[in-house]
Amino acid sequence: MEKGRTRVDLFEYQARDLFAKHGVPVLAGEVIDTPEAAREVTERLGGKAVVKAQVKVGGRGKAGGVKLASDADDAVEKAGQILGMDIKGHTVHKVMLAQTADIKEEYYVSFLLDRTNRTFLAMASVEGGVEIEVVAEQNPDALAKIPVDANEGCTPEKAAEIVAAAKFPAEIADQVAETLQKLWTVFIKEDALLVEVNPLVKTGDGKIIALDGKVSLDENAAFRQPEHEALEDKAAANPLEAAAKAKNLNYVKLDGQVGIIGNGAGLVMSTLDVVAYAGEKHGNVKPANFLDIGGGASAEVMANGLEIILGDPDVKSVFVNVFGGITACDEVANGIVQALELLKSKGEDVTKPLVVRLDGNNAELGRKILSDANHPLVQRVDTMDGAADKAAELAAAK
Amino acid sequence: MAIFLTKDSKVIVQGMTGATGMKHTKLMLADGTNVVGGVNPRKAGTQVDFDGTEVPVFGSVKEAMEKTGADVSVIFVPEKFTKDAVVEAIDAEIPLAVVITEGIAVHDSASFWAYAGKKGNKTRIIGPNCPGIITPGQSNVGIIPGDITKPGRIGLVSKSGTLTYQMMYELRDIGFSTAVGIGGDPVIGTTHIDALAAFQADPDTDLIVMIGEIGGDAEERAADYIKANVTKPVVGYVAGFTAPEGKTMGHAGAIVSGSSGTAQAKKEALEAAGVKVGKTPSETARLARAALAG
Repeated sequence: MEKGRTRVDLFEYQARDLFAKHGVPVLAGEVIDTPEAAREVTERLGGKAVVKAQVKVGGRGKAGGVKLASDADDAVEKAGQILGMDIKGHTVHKVMLAQTADIKEEYYVSFLLDRTNRTFLAMASVEGGVEIEVVAEQNPDALAKIPVDANEGCTPEKAAEIVAAAKFPAEIADQVAETLQKLWTVFIKEDALLVEVNPLVKTGDGKIIALDGKVSLDENAAFRQPEHEALEDKAAANPLEAAAKAKNLNYVKLDGQVGIIGNGAGLVMSTLDVVAYAGEKHGNVKPANFLDIGGGASAEVMANGLEIILGDPDVKSVFVNVFGGITACDEVANGIVQALELLKSKGEDVTKPLVVRLDGNNAELGRKILSDANHPLVQRVDTMDGAADKAAELAAAK
Repeated sequence: MAIFLTKDSKVIVQGMTGATGMKHTKLMLADGTNVVGGVNPRKAGTQVDFDGTEVPVFGSVKEAMEKTGADVSVIFVPEKFTKDAVVEAIDAEIPLAVVITEGIAVHDSASFWAYAGKKGNKTRIIGPNCPGIITPGQSNVGIIPGDITKPGRIGLVSKSGTLTYQMMYELRDIGFSTAVGIGGDPVIGTTHIDALAAFQADPDTDLIVMIGEIGGDAEERAADYIKANVTKPVVGYVAGFTAPEGKTMGHAGAIVSGSSGTAQAKKEALEAAGVKVGKTPSETARLARAALAG
């Protein structure tokens, strides 16, 4: 069973592709990663194009990441300006060239999980084109929120209800309702956690088009969505995170100095906090990562985890925090000892100190194994708070 | 008394004949749980031997209930089939279904939750992606180690499995009425509030320990509930103060998005409701001891 799978946020062009696949009306568009490629695409699009930075962050328009190109030469120039741009810490590696549109009105529609009420939710507003959070805060009455039953879905009646609640004008009501049903298809068929169109526009000739969109997919649905893996932005992942993922480890890189390994998501989260508190007394060192090795914690998994963490140049000390539940601490202790031997035999030069806290099932046996092994880099501290303090102290001393 | 699970609970295991199901059925039996059957349509009519205890396999939850009087089902089936397994349990109207399986697609959990509502919520669902529920000395359903602690007067409700174990261990000398792991997924059946209400009503529970983590607003809503309805002392712990925004911390639901779901907001909400919140699991245990001492 794969663990720690979560969500994949898509780029606009990927969202557009999924919209098109399920019949949501979109404009023609193509994605490129070199300025010169803009020429041919612009000609294909009819001689003009909107050049849009592909970044997973809002506010790109204000940052200069969206420009209108009047002809193919202009598109090459604008693409050149935008590619490589930094938008709120995100480097632009791709731009989408899209057909231009004669925009008369901007609306908003989305489907998402309403976690509080444990149901799906449709949101819609005739005040689109701005951040919807702003609308929700400043003019909440302008944002309609309608629950959608997961099993009944967005029926024609439900779509009409959403359209009426958001007060879409009568002349486009049917078109918007139809678009909502198509968008629901995207949401269901693609196992999305969010599908958002902002803005949904009305053009000069009265057509409804999804001009920009956001889609987040549920990685837990990977078993029935084999095509989704290709949508992940592997290049953007931190190299340590990518290496950990390849080994099926549940790892998140953070910016501190104390490497963390633990079993169970909650305990590891708690370990990060305890280390951060301890760090307040020791040069403000912080946790360097989140790594949950799960229940089993075999020597191999422990070795894989240690290898990732010791490969992080920011790490000055390592805190292994294990509570033996079903897994016995003696197995975990053997795992740690074997992992260090395994790394040594692979030629890894392990020099960073390890603080190990074992508690729970067979803790005494596990502690004895560590004491007997007497590894020069391994220190045993038997409480979580004490061990965190020691690990922080060692990191600060480096 | 205890909550949701007692010595009289008759337990069936959906997915008993799989590797995980076999391993944990054995442990549950060893811990005294009254496991009366397994469910697997392809192996219906057979028996499985667990160290001398013969457990019959039935073709469906309904059949298992009719033949054994089972009132609890624990679900270990793989994530692809979990939705169907839960729907089957709901259709059979079994009073309690404990869903251990992790990695379930949100569309599947949202679907079975909506289905349960449509069917009148006759089945209490715990989980998914949870360690289960234990009433020490009486019954243990799921994967919580049975030997951490003994019967006592603390009620525990937690989003996290390992923090459940950690807290049971910290307070093992006092013991627990019931400990329930509700899971950290975005859509879960039984919530903090459901468990708080049950512990408040349980004469065998004197103190409630509640463990939360980042993501969603369940802790904030639990705080409102406590303020209005819970007179027993409640001690809390929240994990994830150092979690950065936008990064999921292991559990699918453990994510800080924008200003919502932060550990700080949860801690403040709980404290405003009179809940003492520990900075670490150990400090939380000390607060619990102090609260019990009065």
